[in-house]
Amino acid sequence: MNRFAALLDRLSYEPGRNNKLRLITAYFRDTPDPDRGYALAAMTGALSFKHAKSGLIRDLIVARSDPALFALSYDYVGDLSETVALMWPRPDRLTNSPPPPSLGEVVTTLDSLPKKELPAQLAQWLDELDETGRWALLKLVTGALRIGVSARLAKTAAAALGDKDPHDIELIWPGLAPPYAELFAWLEGRAAIPVTHDPAPFRPVMLAHAIEDSDFANLDPNDFAAEWKWDGIRVQAVSGRAEDRTIVTRLYSRTGEDITGAFPDLLPALHLPGAVDGELLVLRDKRVQTFNVLQQRLNRKSVTPKLMKDYPIHLRAYDLLGDGENDLRELPFEERRDRLEAFIAKLNNPRVDLSVQVPFRSWDELAAARADPASANAGEDAEAVEGVMLKRRDAAYVPGRPKGQWWKWKRDPHVIDAVLMYAQRGHGKRSSYYSDYTFGVWTTGDAGEELVPVGKAYFGFTDEELIQIDKFVRRYTTERFGPVRQVVHEPDQGLVLEVAFEGLQRSTRHKSGVAMRFPRINRLRWDKPPREADRLETLEKMLSP
Amino acid sequence: MAGKLAPMKSPPYITTMRPQDILVPQPHGLCCRPGEFYIDPVRPVARALITHGHSDHARAGHGAVLATQETLDMMRLRYGDDFAGSTQAITYGEEIRFGTCQVKFHPAGHVLGSAQISVTCGGVRVVASGDYKDVADPTCAPFEVVPCDVFITEATFGLPVFRHGNPQAEIAKLLNSVALFPERAHLVGAYSLGKAQRVIAMLRQAGYDAPIYLHGAMETITRYYESRGIALGELRPARDAKKVELAGTITLAPPTAIQDLWTRRFPDPLAAFASGWMRVRARARQRGIELPLVISDHADWDGLCATIEATGAHEIWVTHGQEDALVHWATTKGLTARPLALVGYGEEDEETALPTSDGTKA
Ligand SMILES: [Zn+2]
Ligand SMILES: [Zn+2]
Repeated sequence: MNRFAALLDRLSYEPGRNNKLRLITAYFRDTPDPDRGYALAAMTGALSFKHAKSGLIRDLIVARSDPALFALSYDYVGDLSETVALMWPRPDRLTNSPPPPSLGEVVTTLDSLPKKELPAQLAQWLDELDETGRWALLKLVTGALRIGVSARLAKTAAAALGDKDPHDIELIWPGLAPPYAELFAWLEGRAAIPVTHDPAPFRPVMLAHAIEDSDFANLDPNDFAAEWKWDGIRVQAVSGRAEDRTIVTRLYSRTGEDITGAFPDLLPALHLPGAVDGELLVLRDKRVQTFNVLQQRLNRKSVTPKLMKDYPIHLRAYDLLGDGENDLRELPFEERRDRLEAFIAKLNNPRVDLSVQVPFRSWDELAAARADPASANAGEDAEAVEGVMLKRRDAAYVPGRPKGQWWKWKRDPHVIDAVLMYAQRGHGKRSSYYSDYTFGVWTTGDAGEELVPVGKAYFGFTDEELIQIDKFVRRYTTERFGPVRQVVHEPDQGLVLEVAFEGLQRSTRHKSGVAMRFPRINRLRWDKPPREADRLETLEKMLSP
Repeated sequence: MAGKLAPMKSPPYITTMRPQDILVPQPHGLCCRPGEFYIDPVRPVARALITHGHSDHARAGHGAVLATQETLDMMRLRYGDDFAGSTQAITYGEEIRFGTCQVKFHPAGHVLGSAQISVTCGGVRVVASGDYKDVADPTCAPFEVVPCDVFITEATFGLPVFRHGNPQAEIAKLLNSVALFPERAHLVGAYSLGKAQRVIAMLRQAGYDAPIYLHGAMETITRYYESRGIALGELRPARDAKKVELAGTITLAPPTAIQDLWTRRFPDPLAAFASGWMRVRARARQRGIELPLVISDHADWDGLCATIEATGAHEIWVTHGQEDALVHWATTKGLTARPLALVGYGEEDEETALPTSDGTKA
């Protein structure tokens, strides 16, 4: 447990993805079974014991400490588990006291421990562990292990142990269970790849390249079919027959994470064996809602009937990878599309529909449709269209991003000129640079013309531009608030940033009343005086009525 | 033991000597009226007794200064030759009289030359600990428990959440990281006086024998430690090294430098920080530290409590830090305890750190 705790401790401070990977892979390499397997389970959310309530933790420390000292300490530290981990009284260690518990011991004990025995068991472990070990234990048992590691990242780190493709782990993952001894045996070259008997396995997804204007010259419109690109979530909906002939249905994210539990309202619709590639959307009165609406259904701890009623979930299908027992991935797209249309018709459920195709004869026609989806066939759903997808009619379904098969052609992002107002230091590699920028546009305030902040961006610029902005920030700081610097933003003095963004909505949380989606720095406009930057009215006009 | 004198057997004048008649907090610092001196005064006074060389305790401009040789040397390095009217060196255990008071210096285990100052007057002994720690440190003499009637303790880490643990385990954490990320430069933030040298010495104890690099602000004081016989192995100025050479190395720098422009000379720098404050995650995260190392030159909560009990003092005065918790704890142990209102002390102030070897401020 102390070794796992040391890993979590280190991960909690490490901002870089690659560094996190190396730390986790090193842990898997140095830690024997079954502990590393339980660690993988903890990081992928595959542990199933019931979490302890924080009241229980509080009771444990109150019984063992002076209430005034606990109050002062909690007030200073601000986190209950951490306070308890740090101030837990050190027992007088006897030479024959038990060694600290291993992670495997903790997990397997918690799995079967009667609830009333939990306090005493926790107290015993807390006596045996060190400060970091106690912190990790309390985070683990209260289900608050937030260390910035996704399931995908943990699996990628495991794959690196055996130089394997993380896709291969995703393929067999549904058939595996903690502590994953057979997985590690395969990764370390001691055994063959574990076979999966999963009736509803994930299939690694096919991805598209972003298309550039110069690409069209070499592409024949007749070779391609087009569909709208929806602003939802890519999912794979798989149903299969288990050995007892019952239907097993799973929903996977595009990285293969099992998200079935979050969408129970969609499952009954998927009653035929098959694997559908599609987009998860919220539909109200048959109209596609924006991504912001869909977001209300994501990352929820529990899916309440009210949530399901207010945010009705829907699957828009655009490909069929499996039909009954048959794997369709080798077939050309056109054939898969025919099979898909038949499959969706057989499902015959309003929760699942077909992604319509956008007819076009030339690239110019498609460009016109993309610029105005409403007057093509997107109709009232045009607002939720992000662009168009181009798929070669003869393309097989190939995992990854094969060249020239699928293209995404996004709508032009919105662009405005804004003025840099505040800058904040970045993290990790960027911690010595001012790399997070708050920018504003002009509006008429009580005291005349003033800049009002409309957004924050921390990417989009090149390394060279970062150095230039950093220099500018340091030279033209007008005030400091902790890690934040205010930089000069006068009509004739300041830096104009060309900001690109995907969408705009009203916001009561921002003084400006608008919030941008995916804002990024497009260009630095050293040539432009701040007085010529855009006005808030321009943004307000972009808001959908 | 002085503290165990039975009052009834004492001559009448002893019972009239209250501790606050011996030492009393004043705006200039802790004042001894019968001895006519101050301990660690924050403003210029005629006679000053200095516990140790940190800039918040050792200031320039006093008339006469009494301190250990090391503390006097450190003051000279920081402030120049004329930092005081006159100086006198005292060794641990040596006794000097001021008026009706006997004064002795005892090792405080905080930094090289650091001392607790015991003042005995009319049969009552008061010990001003300055800053102290009660754990091993290869760069200074170990802390000595001085039995006394009144113990003046610091409380920098005066909350039960501050448990510093085993410092060698933190050094192992640093070395593991260097092994795992051999292409990155590890920058360890550490206070220039004491902490930096202790970290280096512990790295050597752990068997690390590669050259260790120093920020310019650390050179003078580190060379001074070496001149006092503390072996630190091969040290190099970071400013002379090429970027590629610094991959996989360890560099010691003042805490303010590890995320500054200065770090750009290092390949993919990793910010570590050696401090007792690193025990609390929010403090480490606030500073953007990637590798917190819990290594402190102050006693932790357990150390403060154990030391107070070991002195046998029946009265405790608590100075800079988290006074409330320690005063509360002492009261629950049946001791008389109060916070001492002294201003001007805190963490070593890096703005007044030692000048770099080329004469500029780091
Ligand atoms: Zn000090
Ligand atoms: Zn101090």
